Amino acid sequence: MRNIWIIWRKELRSYFVSPIAYLLLTMFALIFGFFFWNALGYFVMMGMESQMRGQAIPMNLNEEVIRPLLSNASVIGLFFIPMITMRLFAEEKRSGTIELLVTSPIRDLEIIIGKWLAALTMYACMLLFTALNFAFLFKYGNPDWKPLAIGYLGLLLQAGGLLAIGTFISTLTRNQIIAGAATFGVCLLLWVLEWVSGYETAAWAQVLAYMSVITHFESFAKGVLDVKDAVFYLTVIFLGLFFTARSMESLRWRS
Amino acid sequence: MISVKQLTKKYARNLAVDHISFEVQKGQIVGFLGPNGAGKTTTMRMLTCFMPPTSGGATVAGFDVLEQPLEVKKRIGYLPETPPLYPEMETGEYLTFVGRLKGLSGSELKKRVDYVCERCAVADVRNKLLGRLSKGYRQRVGLAQAIIHNPDVLVLDEPTAGLDPKQINETRDLIKGLAGDHTIILSTHILPEVEQTCEQVVIINKGKLVATDSVTNLQNRARGAESLLVEVGSRAGVVESATVVQRLQQIPGVSRAQLKTTHGDRNVFEVESQKGFVRGELARAVVQAGWDLNELRPAAVSLEEIFLQLTGGETAAEAAAKGVE
Repeated sequence: MRNIWIIWRKELRSYFVSPIAYLLLTMFALIFGFFFWNALGYFVMMGMESQMRGQAIPMNLNEEVIRPLLSNASVIGLFFIPMITMRLFAEEKRSGTIELLVTSPIRDLEIIIGKWLAALTMYACMLLFTALNFAFLFKYGNPDWKPLAIGYLGLLLQAGGLLAIGTFISTLTRNQIIAGAATFGVCLLLWVLEWVSGYETAAWAQVLAYMSVITHFESFAKGVLDVKDAVFYLTVIFLGLFFTARSMESLRWRS
Repeated sequence: MISVKQLTKKYARNLAVDHISFEVQKGQIVGFLGPNGAGKTTTMRMLTCFMPPTSGGATVAGFDVLEQPLEVKKRIGYLPETPPLYPEMETGEYLTFVGRLKGLSGSELKKRVDYVCERCAVADVRNKLLGRLSKGYRQRVGLAQAIIHNPDVLVLDEPTAGLDPKQINETRDLIKGLAGDHTIILSTHILPEVEQTCEQVVIINKGKLVATDSVTNLQNRARGAESLLVEVGSRAGVVESATVVQRLQQIPGVSRAQLKTTHGDRNVFEVESQKGFVRGELARAVVQAGWDLNELRPAAVSLEEIFLQLTGGETAAEAAAKGVE
C-alpha cells in the first residue's frame, strides 16, 4: 500500500512539473466549456420559444443539458486518454529508469496500480473543470444532483478502463508516440464498434456493440446505476491491468 | 556474500551467459571484466533480479534471486550503465524518492539522504534538476542512489564510462572508499581500472567464464617470461649503450636486451629473460664491467596482456574497434 502511494505521488508530480498536465487541463476545459455554452444556449433558446408560444414545453436541466454534456465528456475523454497514459511505461523504458523501479524491493503490481491510479487522478482533475461549469447550473437552476453524481461515476469507470488499456499499451514500446497513437486507435475503435448495431442485429454484431465503451455509458448518462454496465467497466480495468502485469513479466524474460 | 552457480541466460537465439560460477567474499571489490557484449550486464541484471536466469542460480547475502527476489533487492544497490535518473526531479527529491522505494522513511530517510549527498559529493547540486547535471554529477547521483539504503552488496555497471580522467579518478576513489562497508561488483572493459580498484577479478568472454582469481595472482600467472628494467650509470663518463646491450645479452638466460629510455647520462635497459632468476647474474655482470647498477626491478605486466591472452588473442586493434562501438 505504501509503495503504491510512493509511485502514485511520483507519477502525479511528474504530470504537474511538465507542461502535459496544464496542456491537458486547458484543452479539456476549453472544449468542454464550449460544449457547455452551446448546450446551455440551446436550452435558453428553447425556454424563450416556449414562453413566446405561451405553452409550456416540459423542460428539464438534467435531461436537456447534463445528460448530453456527460456523453460529450465521455467522448472527449477518449481523445485525451492516450495523452495521459502514453508516457507511463514507455518513458521509463526509454530512459532506463525502469531498471530502478524493477530492482527496488517493490512488487510489479504496486508499480502498475500506482501508475494507473495517478493517470486516473489526472483524469479526475480534468473532470473538476467540468464540475465548475455544472456549478453554474446549480447556482441559477435547480437540477437533480444524484443523476449527475452517477454520471461522474460512469465517466471515472469508463476512463479507468481505457486508462488501463493505455497503460498496457505503454509497456509494449519505448516510444511514447507509438504508445499514444496505438492507444488512440484502440480508444477510437472501442467507441465506433457500437455503430454496427445500427444496421445489423446478428449475434456477432451484438457482441461487437457490447464491446463498445460508449454503449455502456448511456445508462450512467441517464443517471441510472446499472450493475451490468459497471461490471463491464470493472472487467475492462481488471483485464487491462492484468495484461500490463503479464507484459511487465515478459519484459523481464525477454529484455 | 554472493554465490553464482551455473548461471545461464539464453535469449531467443544466442547464449548470453553460459554456465558461469563464482563466489565473492564479504567486503571485497570484484572487477567483472570482459569485452563489450561479453555478458557482463546480463549477469548483473540477473544478480539484481531485473531478469530471471534461464537456468542455474545465484544467491545474494544468503537469499536466492529466483525464490526471494524482494529480500535480495532490499540488500542490493544497483547502478545500471546509464544512471536511472528522472530529468524533471531535483537531486535531493530524487534521492528521497529512491530512499522511500527502498523502504526508508522519516528521520532515517533524511539522515541517509544527507549522508549520501555528502559521501558522493553531490550536496552542492541538491536543488538542481537532474536533467541539467553534467555527466560526472549524474554518475555520482547514480552512485548515491545505489547506496542510499546502505545495502550489503553494490552492483555497479561500468561506473566510470564516459567520464573525464579527473572524474574517473574521483569515482574510483569513491568506490574504493565504499569497499569496507559494502561488497562491490563492478563491471568494466577498462583494464587499469581493475588493476587500480579491485582485489579480485572475474573475466568473462562471449558468455563464458575465462578466469577468476586475485589481481596479483593473475599478473604472476601471465608473467611466464620475466621482464626486468635495469638502470645502468657510470661515474667515469657516459657509457656506450650498445656496449651495455652487448654485455647484457651475453648473460645466460637472457633472450633479449634493449635500451628503453635515457635520463641524462643514465640509461634504462629492458631485459627479457626466461622464467627463473637471472637477476643475480645480471647485477654481477654490470658491476664487474665497472658500471653502476642504479636500479633493477621487474617490469609490471599489465592486465591488458593477460586479458588478451585469456580472451583468445583478440588483437589490440579489434579490442579498440569494439571499444568504439
